[in-house]
Amino acid sequence: MTKEFEPRIVGILCNWCSYAGADLAGISRIKYPPNVRIVRVMCSGRVDPSFVLKAFAEGADGVLVSGCHPVDCHYIEGNYKMWARKVMLETMLQQLGIEPERFRLTWVSANEGELFKQYVTEMVDAVKKLGPFQKPVNWMTELLEHERSLGTAVQEIAAGGGVGE
Amino acid sequence: MSEEIKIGVYVCHCGSNIADKVDCAAVAEFASKLPNVTVARDFQYMCADPGQELIRKDIKEQGINRVVVASCSPRMHEPTFRKVCESVGLNGYFFEMANIREHVSWCTEDREAATEKAKALVAAAVARVPLQEPLYERYADMNDRVLVIGGGIAGIEAALKVSGGNKEVVIVEKEPSIGGTMAKLDKTFPTLDCSACILTPKMVECAQRDNVKLYTYSEVEKVDGYVGNFTVTIRKKARSVDLDKCTGCGLCITKCPTKDIPHEWEENLTTRTAIFTPFPQAVPNKPVIDRENCRYFTTGKCGICAKVCPTDAVDFEQEDELVTEDFGAIIVATGFELFDPSVGPQWGFGKFDNVITSLQFERMVNASGPTKGKVLLKNGEEPKSIAILHCIGSRDENYHEYCSRFCCTAALKLAHLAKEKTNGDVYSFYIDMRTFGKGYEEFYNRIMSEGIHFIRGKGTEVVERKGQLLVRTEDTLLGKYREVPVDMVVLMAACQPGQDTEKLAQTLAIQRSADGFFLEAHPKLEPLKTATDGIFLCGACQGPKDIPDSVAQGAGAASEALSLISAGKVKISPIVARCDEDKCGGCMICINLCPYTAISYDEEKKVAVVNEAKCKGCGTCSGSCPTGAMTNTNFTDEQIMTQIEGVLAV
Repeated sequence: MTKEFEPRIVGILCNWCSYAGADLAGISRIKYPPNVRIVRVMCSGRVDPSFVLKAFAEGADGVLVSGCHPVDCHYIEGNYKMWARKVMLETMLQQLGIEPERFRLTWVSANEGELFKQYVTEMVDAVKKLGPFQKPVNWMTELLEHERSLGTAVQEIAAGGGVGE
Repeated sequence: MSEEIKIGVYVCHCGSNIADKVDCAAVAEFASKLPNVTVARDFQYMCADPGQELIRKDIKEQGINRVVVASCSPRMHEPTFRKVCESVGLNGYFFEMANIREHVSWCTEDREAATEKAKALVAAAVARVPLQEPLYERYADMNDRVLVIGGGIAGIEAALKVSGGNKEVVIVEKEPSIGGTMAKLDKTFPTLDCSACILTPKMVECAQRDNVKLYTYSEVEKVDGYVGNFTVTIRKKARSVDLDKCTGCGLCITKCPTKDIPHEWEENLTTRTAIFTPFPQAVPNKPVIDRENCRYFTTGKCGICAKVCPTDAVDFEQEDELVTEDFGAIIVATGFELFDPSVGPQWGFGKFDNVITSLQFERMVNASGPTKGKVLLKNGEEPKSIAILHCIGSRDENYHEYCSRFCCTAALKLAHLAKEKTNGDVYSFYIDMRTFGKGYEEFYNRIMSEGIHFIRGKGTEVVERKGQLLVRTEDTLLGKYREVPVDMVVLMAACQPGQDTEKLAQTLAIQRSADGFFLEAHPKLEPLKTATDGIFLCGACQGPKDIPDSVAQGAGAASEALSLISAGKVKISPIVARCDEDKCGGCMICINLCPYTAISYDEEKKVAVVNEAKCKGCGTCSGSCPTGAMTNTNFTDEQIMTQIEGVLAV
């Protein structure tokens, strides 16, 4: 018998709205699928696009980023910054061959426990339909390798050496 | 760092709150096998003394130098456990929390799945905590002045209490006078004492105390800074009257030729002049010119008020003035507004002359009101029958889902006054009678004995047939549909957030709940705080409240503010941005992104420089830094990346 596919989704949530909204879902005993594992940041503006890529590289089946509603950001406008990055991320993920349903940016306020449940449920359902995340062949290894070699090159230059070998 | 990492992991049962859904022993057992973990325990209540002692003992005896507690939300007990670590000499930021209650046990059906998820969160915390750095709370000077926004009864009470603590307080009120909604009321339930008699002395006291400053006809335009050091820009709207010169003699008002402007403060039941004071006991008792309706401003001719003014106080040239004041704490007391029943055509408000709101009726029965205390129909006759309809816009999924709380008892009060004034038939249409306060149920019993007709059924529709108003309802006690003919209908309109609530929430960076009122930090344990340090709430701006509750909250908010500013110093979170100058390429992206202008550019070194006093630690700069030079303390790239690895390890 095969067990139903249970996706692992990384949820990166801002401290003030969405993390508190997820807390409220708990406090209100709202039940929702257990597939989202939450990482807290102070603001959705903190979410470096590489966090999302990192999650996929580590085998996440989906990534949910959630912040305060537009104009409600605790830090005035950090959520807008994340909003801007979303466009870039979506393009990038598409280029990497990652299905768009695997990444989502939502706004959940501190009093929207029900909405948090709704977004989580929708996302889990969508990712379940897609099945496990299949890394495009070696893409991340290559990316990381490239980054590493760049880093080495920079160090070599700094140490007075030439570029490359 | 050469020191060996020794992690202590503590899995809390929270009684049965966590243990019911999570196999805590299995999680601890799992944790004990993770890298760097020296001890892993599960315990009934980690936040209680014996739980805390467990951590202290392990730090002292086993040399634990990193602590992970898997329990409730860090928004609840992070400070508690940081203090535990610090009490035995371990930096509080060598501590990490895994939220296995709010995010796991309380929201998951399946025990096995919950245990798995708990393990993943613990693994993430264990992976992350070795990378955490010691951080130190910083302290900044505390300004000990308090700003109160809103001069209704809650704001007045808060201001007087702060002033009584020998601290300076400033009240900003958008209307020309303080007093708020309470100033409009005739009697107050359940004692039926006169509203003005208990409110106006407090209003006058605000004006008289040396350490209370009033800005009436003014609004908060901008708030900068942070707890302990807010800089607030206040817009003093042009009053066209110099408050220093004006003696409040009122000559200008009697001579003003424009007399037909609807009087908002009297709920439009009468008219006023273009230069006016909203009501006789206004504080300050000095007039304001309504420029939209003043002949001088609309036609350029008139100026009678300026001519008759004995002190030359009328100033047509006056402009809005922006003043800046510094405060340590802010109390928000902006109150509520009444639901506009014309939104629902079924009640006939605005359509039929004798359908009025509760506040209009309140002005009518007030001896100093537009009818000198007489209940009168539009045609000047006294009504022989009056219907009072509860829950207009409250407990109604089409308008407001919530109960406005005070209207049931207010409706009883109005029923009593209607009976007393007219001796006619008074009908009360209610869904449930919610008389929750001290003495309120007794008041209900008293009113029931006064011959009021109570009909258990919502007044769903008001219609007119041959000049006769009819209230339609389903009488749920008789189980039948009824039409009750009446002369006058009073609508107990809902209490709703004021129109400025959204804008003010943005100005103050505080949140609102789903109903639109301001959101408190915790519904039970922090009812007066907001999520923004140093900003407190009181009164009906947080949700429907009657006078006793508003006064209690006003005093409570004052106590919060006093306790904050009396500390003298303000603790600032060490979670800030830091720039690694060696990595910074000087691209200046972060400088434009920072919402607090906390980052500047060092022309000489060609790098970004963070002003930690201004930085609030959102991390937007680090999220956008192309070289990784900008880090967010306690939320570094490395820490978050490792945490992501951790949550995916299981």
